[in-house]
Amino acid sequence: MENQSIIKVDHLDLYAGKTHILKDINIEIPKNKLTVILGPSGCGKTTLLKCMNRLTDLTPDIKVTGNIFIGKQPVFGAKTDIVALRRKMGLLSQRPFPLPMNIYNNIAYGLKLRGKYSRTELNDLVEHYLRQVNLWEEVKDRLRSPAVRLSIGQQQRLCLARGLAVNPEIILADEPTSALDPVSSEAIEKQFAALAKDYTLVMVTHVLRQARRIADYVVFMYLGEVIEMRPAREFFEDPREEQTKKYLAGAFN
Amino acid sequence: MNISSNRRTRDKIITCLTYAAMFVVLLLPFALFIGLAFKSELLFRDHSLGQLLFSSSWRPSAGEFGFKPFIVGSLYVTLLAMIISAPICLLSAIHITQYAPARVSKVVTTAIDILAGIPSVVYGVWGMMFVVPIVSRYAAPLFGVQTTGFSILSGGVVLSIMVVPFILNILIEIYRTIPKELTEAALSLGATRWEAVRSILNRKALPGILAAVGFGFARAFGETMAVLMVVGNAIRIPESLFDQGYPLPALIANSYSELASVPEVESALMFAALILFVVVLLFNATLRWFIIKTEKY
Ligand SMILES: Nc1ncnc2c1ncn2[C@@H]1O[C@H](COP(=O)(O)OP(=O)(O)O)[C@@H](O)[C@H]1O
Ligand SMILES: [Mg+2]
Repeated sequence: MENQSIIKVDHLDLYAGKTHILKDINIEIPKNKLTVILGPSGCGKTTLLKCMNRLTDLTPDIKVTGNIFIGKQPVFGAKTDIVALRRKMGLLSQRPFPLPMNIYNNIAYGLKLRGKYSRTELNDLVEHYLRQVNLWEEVKDRLRSPAVRLSIGQQQRLCLARGLAVNPEIILADEPTSALDPVSSEAIEKQFAALAKDYTLVMVTHVLRQARRIADYVVFMYLGEVIEMRPAREFFEDPREEQTKKYLAGAFN
Repeated sequence: MNISSNRRTRDKIITCLTYAAMFVVLLLPFALFIGLAFKSELLFRDHSLGQLLFSSSWRPSAGEFGFKPFIVGSLYVTLLAMIISAPICLLSAIHITQYAPARVSKVVTTAIDILAGIPSVVYGVWGMMFVVPIVSRYAAPLFGVQTTGFSILSGGVVLSIMVVPFILNILIEIYRTIPKELTEAALSLGATRWEAVRSILNRKALPGILAAVGFGFARAFGETMAVLMVVGNAIRIPESLFDQGYPLPALIANSYSELASVPEVESALMFAALILFVVVLLFNATLRWFIIKTEKY
């Protein structure tokens, strides 16, 4: 791969109870590119994504062997400062889940965890990140109203801004547009394409067209295994593996 | 044609029945209130509301009905029970839903259901056998107090144990319904597990926590059997946790059979019930107001 990698998944196996969910995953995700994880439903895309910032901790019956490295730091390991490591990775889930706070504090929450800011600094930063996701004009007059009153599309952009505010290097997104209307969906997609200059994006999607439009690299998964990982153009124009060809032909949907 | 009209009739009847049932349910509290108020009326012919609520002199034979000792006794026991049980319930609900493995949380949930089904007299007997002696032999001497152990403290402790399953059940349900993604969001912003619970999940759960506390308060305030067995039932205003007390429900239960033949006494007991009813109602109305205030997220 011509690019420097930032995430390295190394012989990762994951079991939930006795079920073998991820099978010997080995991939390297290039820095400041948009990598899309594709694959039929239930193949383990979400699980792989959650391994990257160890949200698997929330499910006590999950066992993991192998490891993931963010830069040089192992994700799984007793010595890992997981809080610091998670802060390097923003997260966008399938549906937006605003924090139970007002719009302003949704952004300020992460900032306050990150460090001490004066009130004016905080105001400026909140505005900055809301502008970055094109939400500022829509919410500037109601920063103190509950975030849940926003439309779903606005909420998702707020969640993106909230993630960007902690200054991550990586953004993990799990089908971030699947709950959105077409207009909001396009807005998020455009954001992602733009963000890929400064951030490493890992996005799960099941929308092939979306992957075609914005992906730099594609990881294709099937039944818990990575079948192939290639630059997007090669992947779509010249799929190597049998399962990939079937998938692209729509056989699994 | 015939069949379909038949089915339509049946549909109409069922609809009417559901309305009727709902109406009955809505009517019940009013019926209860009116019944109690009606029966209490006799008492008000010779006594003012202020006298009844704030006088400490309880001598039915002399026509003196001061409810203050009972009201204060009830409030003390109930508040003590809530102070003990609310934090325990909150912390264990958080542990069970956020930290414990699925297996453990299943076992605990089953245990809670069993606890909730135990008759209150069993808690009362247990309180007499264990709590009362412990209070008398160990707790009170620590403070240089001599007591039989029948006290506000014993009542509060037994009551707190009784309400735990009820409050805990509601709290567990509330924390369970909070989507996991919210925790994930907080963690990915750099919160520790506890920070996520403290400022995000607890905030989300707040209306539910208030509702659970209201429910627990109502249970505790009206609980009769277990409390009256350990609280001492001395008519006085308790000044310390080791004093005996006489909560309202105990008054009603103890006096009803012997004294209710005297109309004025019967009326007084009805009034006691009315006080219980109104206090629980007011408390829950206040909480409801807070719940609405906090529900906006
Ligand atoms: N905690 C869990 N316990 C048991 N099975 C799980 C758990 N989490 C996920 N799975 C299973 O792992 C597989 C992969 O799930 P997921 O990563 O959500 O797939 P995808 O996101 O690709 O649709 C599914 O078959 C799912 O049922
Ligand atoms: Mg998924």
